[in-house]
Amino acid sequence: MKNKSFLFLTPLLVLIFILATCAPAEKESTAEEKTTAKAVSRLQLIKDRGNIIVGCNAELPGFGYLNPAGEFEGFDVDFGRALAAAIFGDAGKVEFRPLTAAERLPALQTGEIDVLIRNTTWTLTRDTVNELDWAAVTFYDGQGMMVRKATGWKTIEDMEGATIATTTGTTTEMNLADTFRSRGIDYTPLLFESTQDTNTAYEEGRADAETSDKSQLAALRSAMANPDDHVILDITMSKEPLGPLTAHGDNQWNDVVRWVVWGMMEAEEKGVSSKNVDEMLNSNDPTIRRLLGVEGEAGKSLGLPPDFMVKVIKQVGNYAEVYDRHLGPQGINIPRGPNRLWKDGGLLYPMAWR
Amino acid sequence: MGKVRTHKSVAIVPFWRDIRVLRILAQLAFLMVVIAILLWAISNYRARGLIFGYSFLSKEASFDLAEGIPFKPTDSYARAFLVGVVNTVRVAVIGIILATLLGLVTGIARLSRNWLLRKIATVYIEIIRNTPLLVQLFFLYFAVIMKLPRLSRAIVLAGPVYISNRGVVIPWLRLAESFRLWWPFLLLAAAWAGVLIVIRRRTIRRVGRPGINLLWVFSCLIAVPVLGWLLIPGNPLRFDLPDLVTRSGGVITVDGGVTLSSEFTAILTGLVIYTAAFIAEVVRAGIQSVPKGQAEAARAQGFTNRQILRLIVLPQALRVIIPPLISQYLNLTKNSSLAIAIGFLDLYAVSQTMLNQSGRVVEVFLMIMGSYLAISLTISLIMNIINKRIQIVER
Repeated sequence: MKNKSFLFLTPLLVLIFILATCAPAEKESTAEEKTTAKAVSRLQLIKDRGNIIVGCNAELPGFGYLNPAGEFEGFDVDFGRALAAAIFGDAGKVEFRPLTAAERLPALQTGEIDVLIRNTTWTLTRDTVNELDWAAVTFYDGQGMMVRKATGWKTIEDMEGATIATTTGTTTEMNLADTFRSRGIDYTPLLFESTQDTNTAYEEGRADAETSDKSQLAALRSAMANPDDHVILDITMSKEPLGPLTAHGDNQWNDVVRWVVWGMMEAEEKGVSSKNVDEMLNSNDPTIRRLLGVEGEAGKSLGLPPDFMVKVIKQVGNYAEVYDRHLGPQGINIPRGPNRLWKDGGLLYPMAWR
Repeated sequence: MGKVRTHKSVAIVPFWRDIRVLRILAQLAFLMVVIAILLWAISNYRARGLIFGYSFLSKEASFDLAEGIPFKPTDSYARAFLVGVVNTVRVAVIGIILATLLGLVTGIARLSRNWLLRKIATVYIEIIRNTPLLVQLFFLYFAVIMKLPRLSRAIVLAGPVYISNRGVVIPWLRLAESFRLWWPFLLLAAAWAGVLIVIRRRTIRRVGRPGINLLWVFSCLIAVPVLGWLLIPGNPLRFDLPDLVTRSGGVITVDGGVTLSSEFTAILTGLVIYTAAFIAEVVRAGIQSVPKGQAEAARAQGFTNRQILRLIVLPQALRVIIPPLISQYLNLTKNSSLAIAIGFLDLYAVSQTMLNQSGRVVEVFLMIMGSYLAISLTISLIMNIINKRIQIVER
């Protein structure tokens, strides 16, 4: 019996062996394919696939979360929709992948997602060591601190000995350490993997304070049982420029992402919105005409249809519309502050559309 | 003659039908497959332009960790990893001891003649064994421990012990200045007791009856340190009592004592309760594997119930209990990685932070796997040694 089974198994193993020795040869061709695939932009891959895969947040009201109807909704999410509208002329051709803070960068590095739009801070290390490329800044944020109103705290110095909850795998964790270390104040960090758990721990009083980006704190506060019991201190612990990012080295795809974002800002600047975009097609303003593809070759140079911004603005809206929908008074209500256009004294400054 | 013939007959068989040759070939083929897969993985890694290296371990971590051995943001990544390893080992070791005790008691209770005790044990085992550990941990942490009073309104037990949703703070013995004068007495007591025990064992082997009463050993262990305590100035040990302190900004913290954080309490309690349910079943199976006649014979000779359990049944049951017990210990150790869900900084949670901040996914995951492997193999090794000794005792 034993002999026979071996006689049967051996040819099988030999076959596997032969295949395996072939594998290294095969491997080279796949490696080549990969490099050529890299030379062909991710944009082509997305077009061939027929939809765009966007990494997003699923638990942050205002920026990216799953609404009760089971749809992704939020500021970041809308930029994902805008990209789908630009590429396919249909804002619905997008697949959202909810990711935790810890998962997000590997998901982009390994090519699981096409673009990451998940309130991710643009930092030197991530840009270089992690080999990622930011396209643009969609939201200028800063790290803040939320505490209970009853404590009466105003500054970091008041918080000596406090336990502070935050989410692991974020820049927040490092800024927290930096802020307290530079002031020589002792504190106890409490780290969780999910934003929700961090927030619960703070709300239940396990921690004295919660730190995160101010916008995120505002969103979390708005969802609390008694939002008025909590205040976000008037201190900014760090700069947090947030924006969409793509894998390193794919400039063509990165260009598409950044110009769609800038296009939406440009549209706000020029007063083009989802309501008047059709009338604006007849505008005499050369910038608007170029923006909407009536003249110029913006679409062609990006590898997109000429009227891609029309589709974006019609289906998703300009920057102000997206902001107001999710972060403005209809949403979680964060004052626009630095996120106003440059001409209104803010930091939004789209590059020249020409 | 016959020998030569068999040799010949073997030689007649062609090599492709020789089972010994085929075995070696099969193993070679398998090895090739493994090597090919590894090469393929490495080439993929290269194709993505990723670099491999552990130089980041010596770099400054610049994040903060609050659990376990002291850590500050200026320490290295390696030190951060060590914090995680120590925390995991701490949970594993304490967890294994407590789970064994609870499992043993529950397993025995399950076979008790007391109806209530038996049913309680059964209900506990069935509920815990049939719900997922992660769910239990979330429940324990968010629905039980988080709902405890805040620190400012902490429950205070005699001691004082402070119980709040920040954790449990207990008094702790600490070494005082004069301990350096006292420890020679401890050493002397231990050495003396050791000598007495050796003498006692020898007498038992020679005469069949102990020459020195165990009471002498104990009294020597106690008397020498007490004498030392009286001779040296000041107390060698001091009680570190916890106390609530309000800081300048109004933050309330605890000074002194030892704090078992809520995260540590939750992961430890969760793992102990979960694993003990499985150990209880192992213990029950072990006890039931001992032939009934053993207990009956002992009873006939006038052993009490407790003596039967302790001297007759359990030693024999251990043979059956130990091997599956090792698996349970390993499960407990590996399950401790679920700590990340409830914010306890074990090996896995710290590694997650490390790989996020350093971007070295493959390197850090290899470290995680290596560490768990090392911890698990150590537990296996220790338990296998114990197992071997018990098997010999049986003869």
